[in-house]
Amino acid sequence: MTDAFIAKRYRSERMFRAYGAVALAIAVLFLVYLMVDIAIKAWPTFFEKSVSLSITLDPAKVDKANLAQGDFSALLKDAMRAQFPEVTERADKKQIAGLLSVGAADDLRDLTVSDPASIGTTIKVDALLNDSANLYLDGNVGSSGLDEKEQGFLNALHGKGLIQSHFAIRFFTAGDSREPELSGLRGAITGSLLTLLVTLSLSVPLGIAAAVYLEEFAPKNKWTELIEVNINNLAAVPSIIFGLLGLAVFINFFGLPRSAPLVGGLVLALLVLPTIIIASRAALNAVPPSIKEAALGVGASHQQAVFHHVLPLALPGILTGTILGVARALGETAPLLMIGMVAFIVDVPKGFTEAATVLPVQIYLWSDLPEVAFQSRTAAAIIVLLLILFSFNAVAIYLRKHFERRW
Amino acid sequence: MAAWTLIIIAVLTVAGYIVGRTRAQALVQGGTTSLHSLPSYHGLLLASMGFAAAALAALVVSLVGSPNTLLMPAAASLLGSAAIAATYPRISGSFRARNSFESLVKVVLIACSAVAILTTIGIVFSVLFESIAFFREVSPFEFLFGTHWAPTSTPASFGFIPLLVGTLLITLVAILVAGPLGLLSAIYMAEYASRNLRSVLKPLLEILAGVPTVVLGFFAALTVAPLIRNTGEGFGLAVASESALAAGLVMGMMIVPLISSLSDDIINSVPQALRDGSYALGATRSETIKRVVLPAALPGIVSAFMLAISRAIGETMIVVMAAGLAANLSFNPLTAVTTITVQIATLLVGDQEFDSAKTLSAFALGFVLFCFTLILNYVALRTVQKYREQYD
Repeated sequence: MTDAFIAKRYRSERMFRAYGAVALAIAVLFLVYLMVDIAIKAWPTFFEKSVSLSITLDPAKVDKANLAQGDFSALLKDAMRAQFPEVTERADKKQIAGLLSVGAADDLRDLTVSDPASIGTTIKVDALLNDSANLYLDGNVGSSGLDEKEQGFLNALHGKGLIQSHFAIRFFTAGDSREPELSGLRGAITGSLLTLLVTLSLSVPLGIAAAVYLEEFAPKNKWTELIEVNINNLAAVPSIIFGLLGLAVFINFFGLPRSAPLVGGLVLALLVLPTIIIASRAALNAVPPSIKEAALGVGASHQQAVFHHVLPLALPGILTGTILGVARALGETAPLLMIGMVAFIVDVPKGFTEAATVLPVQIYLWSDLPEVAFQSRTAAAIIVLLLILFSFNAVAIYLRKHFERRW
Repeated sequence: MAAWTLIIIAVLTVAGYIVGRTRAQALVQGGTTSLHSLPSYHGLLLASMGFAAAALAALVVSLVGSPNTLLMPAAASLLGSAAIAATYPRISGSFRARNSFESLVKVVLIACSAVAILTTIGIVFSVLFESIAFFREVSPFEFLFGTHWAPTSTPASFGFIPLLVGTLLITLVAILVAGPLGLLSAIYMAEYASRNLRSVLKPLLEILAGVPTVVLGFFAALTVAPLIRNTGEGFGLAVASESALAAGLVMGMMIVPLISSLSDDIINSVPQALRDGSYALGATRSETIKRVVLPAALPGIVSAFMLAISRAIGETMIVVMAAGLAANLSFNPLTAVTTITVQIATLLVGDQEFDSAKTLSAFALGFVLFCFTLILNYVALRTVQKYREQYD
């Protein structure tokens, strides 16, 4: 009787423990599934397919004095058709030429401009294929939308060994584009950098100053309590509300430009300010009072004790909290949608007041596009964003391990 | 001219420091003990005077918006040097430069901490004014109790109930996922896991917490939603491709780390003596957890859940990408519903005219959202504070 009772209790003990393990396993598996799924989707984007063609830069078509007007597109089309001398139908010829990306002609022009001596000679070029051809060669037959003839042409090129696969450096050096195979992240990454610069230069000094005041100087009164309640509440206000604030105050009231990294940075600075203040206060609080008391004891003023002794000791902790706050700002999307950083912008932004977009918003924009090829671009942009975020976190962990003192 | 003004301000600041410091040093010929304040404080005071006056002048000119572009740098340099010149004669052995400088620093520190209050005021006013404008056109009664939401159709109708139901439906799914998973994970981490396991699991949960929501939204829309749809079709169920279930599930996984880390802290702060007492009476670990630790930690866990609910209600990107746009009044998680945040985002993306009820309704929704989350957060934070005092 007792044995059975105890056995039952032990069984329920094991069950309970197993529930906990299963819950954790589900969370970890979800994370792994998420990462693997996105990495698999992203993989093709990092490798672009091109076809190597021999092209004679006919001086009749490419005028040395006026390279910008040269008909490089026609040269490429002819070279493509030359691969299939047996094809005579107009429509088929059009299909063959259509397999090339519209960016291939620009690539060839850039190549010729950098080496004008090659005009009149025959050169070997890797001409970029379009998004459908890329999808087909990556094995997505159904979603590529190519008909059987086009598939046949690509198979023939593949059989001749002309299809090349290169690391897609273009994905990092190009701005946004309507053509999936030509779109890149440079604009978004620059926009993110500019925005982050504004955020950092505002939120870090403000946050540390506020934390120093509240932790070291503030008298215990209603005013201080009000500030503290405010900070704690702001830390949990939905980010989209900060977007409404940015729209109503910065854009409508102060008349700052829409879509600009300046406004985005301001909004994100307000958004991460509570996080930085809370982390900095914890770091300041962790410095033992004996340090301050010793400084006061040898005649330092209160401010000297804080700024010369307490703050430097708390700095690693403050830095860790700041980096984590900035990582949050870097991944934030919703408030930036409100202030119009969601436009299609081809050019790389050059200043704080120019229209720009940021990495997470670029992800949102691409995920919304109908072209199948953009799915993989989106996943690849996510990988880039996650890598940046993880490196931020790694720096924070390193700082915490190596500089934070235990008292 | 802005760049020139900045350069002038910087030059004045540095010059003020050098002038003040040199003057103080020259007064005492190296024997600084006869000075009340160190020479560097005299320098700092002059520098901050110069900076403040020049910056103020520049600010005033830029606010007045004078067309004369030379005015800003001119005013900055004039006022800045005047301030330095005015403070300069006060430098003497008995001048309390440190005290003056420190009171300046204190004012700056107070101003910095007041930014939090300014932000709150800014949020309240920005949503309040537009909301009032909205309620002049649409009656609050219609907004709060109407069951039809169609801001873009003519005539537009602004019944908020479908959005509320959609938001609560997705939040419910999320909490049903995140509640048990987060709480059980926290219990396992706090009570069962070895130190080594903990040091692996905790960073993993932190990574999950750090995944941007736009990434989770992409995952929800492209992987989870089709998965649920195909599974549902296997059972002969009609599942919408933008079902509340998919958005709720992924949102739940987003909230797991939040609940687990908050609950973990709370469970750890339950005094060991309570557990030891329970073990001494012969209780097993799980009995101790269920009968002693969890009841003691209950207020904290409740507040963790409230914070989680507030996060789920305010979450935007996952629902924008994975939930629907059509405002269906439905309690079925397999259908497509829309949420408050989705409507705010879709109403305000693109060009807006601020005189139309359509745009203003987004601010009214923002106002409702802000109030919801504010109440939840406030109650949750109060509960945590009250609870912490018990064992300290």
